[in-house]
Amino acid sequence: MSDAPLVVEGLTKRFGENVALDEVSLEVKPAELFGLVGPDGGGKTTLFRILTTLVLPDAGSARVLGLDVVRDMWAIRARVGYMPGRFSLYPDLSVEENLRFFASVFGTSIEDGYSIIAPIYNQIEPFRARRAGALSGGMKQKLALCCALVHRPDILFLDEPTTGVDAVSRREFWELLAGLKASGLTILVSTPYMDEADRCDRVALIQLGRVLAIDVPSALGARFPTPLFSVRGRDRQALIRALREYEHAVSVFPFGDELHYSDARGTMLPDAIAADVRSYLAGRAGAAEVRPIAPGIEDTFMALMGAPPEAAA
Amino acid sequence: MTLAIDVHELTRRFGSFTAVDAITFDVNEGEVFGFLGANGAGKTTAIKMLIGLLAPSAGSATVAGCDVVRESDAVRRRIGYMSQRFSLYEDLTVRENITLYGGIYGLSNEAIRDRGDGMLAALHLEKMAKERVAALPLGWKQKLAFSVALLHEPAVVFLDEPTGGVDPITRRQFWEMIYAAAARGTTVFVTTHYLDEAEYCDRVSIMVDGRIAAMGTPQQLKEEHDVATLDELFVRLARPSAAAHG
Repeated sequence: MSDAPLVVEGLTKRFGENVALDEVSLEVKPAELFGLVGPDGGGKTTLFRILTTLVLPDAGSARVLGLDVVRDMWAIRARVGYMPGRFSLYPDLSVEENLRFFASVFGTSIEDGYSIIAPIYNQIEPFRARRAGALSGGMKQKLALCCALVHRPDILFLDEPTTGVDAVSRREFWELLAGLKASGLTILVSTPYMDEADRCDRVALIQLGRVLAIDVPSALGARFPTPLFSVRGRDRQALIRALREYEHAVSVFPFGDELHYSDARGTMLPDAIAADVRSYLAGRAGAAEVRPIAPGIEDTFMALMGAPPEAAA
Repeated sequence: MTLAIDVHELTRRFGSFTAVDAITFDVNEGEVFGFLGANGAGKTTAIKMLIGLLAPSAGSATVAGCDVVRESDAVRRRIGYMSQRFSLYEDLTVRENITLYGGIYGLSNEAIRDRGDGMLAALHLEKMAKERVAALPLGWKQKLAFSVALLHEPAVVFLDEPTGGVDPITRRQFWEMIYAAAARGTTVFVTTHYLDEAEYCDRVSIMVDGRIAAMGTPQQLKEEHDVATLDELFVRLARPSAAAHG
């Protein structure tokens, strides 16, 4: 049997007719920062609830720190840290009171846990008398992380810690996680932001209860099935229309200030395809810059998820 | 060109704290305007003033030609609004939501039926008309909410983080709906935490500590500040100390 800190095998959970998790399997290594990346409704929260022993699976198994999530429920609870997706602290208690409360629930104290939370707690300590409900979004998040860490857990579960948080605070939060990982903590974190996948050691792309792929972020691009090109030009809408009518087009998506275009001709040299596309566009949407690019995680995600249900309807 | 939104020195103070500090900007008719800023920069307070829900402490603004203080009722009739947090009633069916909002905006029963049919056809939601909204996937909900916000054909529509948590394909389909609305002449005022989406706007502003720290087309802003992406500019403006150490 694997001695990995987290082993999930064929985990399935239904709520009525809705399949929240569909035979999910994954394994997280010691001191790994592992990301669950995917949109809302993918099953990420259900997976966290099963792993933290709050919900029972319908089928499959999961072992956390070698303990079974059904049989060893109480032993698991003492050893995991969990930050739920919704802000779950007491808004009428102060920063310090919240932290003291969570420490006492686990039979410890702020003082005993101080060395592990210090790098994060130092940033909010000046506000320790403030009510948690009156903190800014970024500070609430840091307090919640401290509360999940104060009992020195052996594995940390973070459910969408950066959702609804601005780009700058998100960046700071990932730097804190990198620090925790460096101290040897195993971390499972979920996010709907594809660009955050690069911050993880490995990621599972998850959509509608299924794992689409598991790999190191840099290798996920290689799973993109066709040649991919960046297209830039003056009239984005005209370019999109023209490319979608192109006989070799597989997909056309806006990506920031460029378009990502994938082409069905996998056996042709990318530069030759680019030249072809350029001349095709010249007559329809004006001059365009077309160059081959390496697919990113969001490209791969979209290719693997295929047509969403609404497009098929 | 006609102005859809015209804001002069708009200010809102809460006690000694100035949430919105004398901001001035305008948005053209049919423009897609991205209103960006870090959490706590004052975006929500500014939007509340523009949609007539919060009185300014100083300054003035017109939306769709109406003064947001003196004519706030008229403003609310001429705008549409949707947010990630609240949009539709989950316990009502798709059709009931359309009827409810149509009624609130004073549309005739005939108009509600005709526009509702057109909307459901455009969204491929005909078969879901009698389903409770709670049963729809998030992406569907958000597209439906956007269409409902346009039901009364408002001059300006305010979208507050409309795509949060939505999958990457649906997120892009949502932006195609935004472009289609703008092409019909609707002015779109949108906030987002996805900075790739900021690139899809005709113009964007970035709010920092209650003020507008940068405004222009995405291209202009990147050239002026010599950055490759708006994400880079956002980080630099919103938290200078964070940008300094990477």
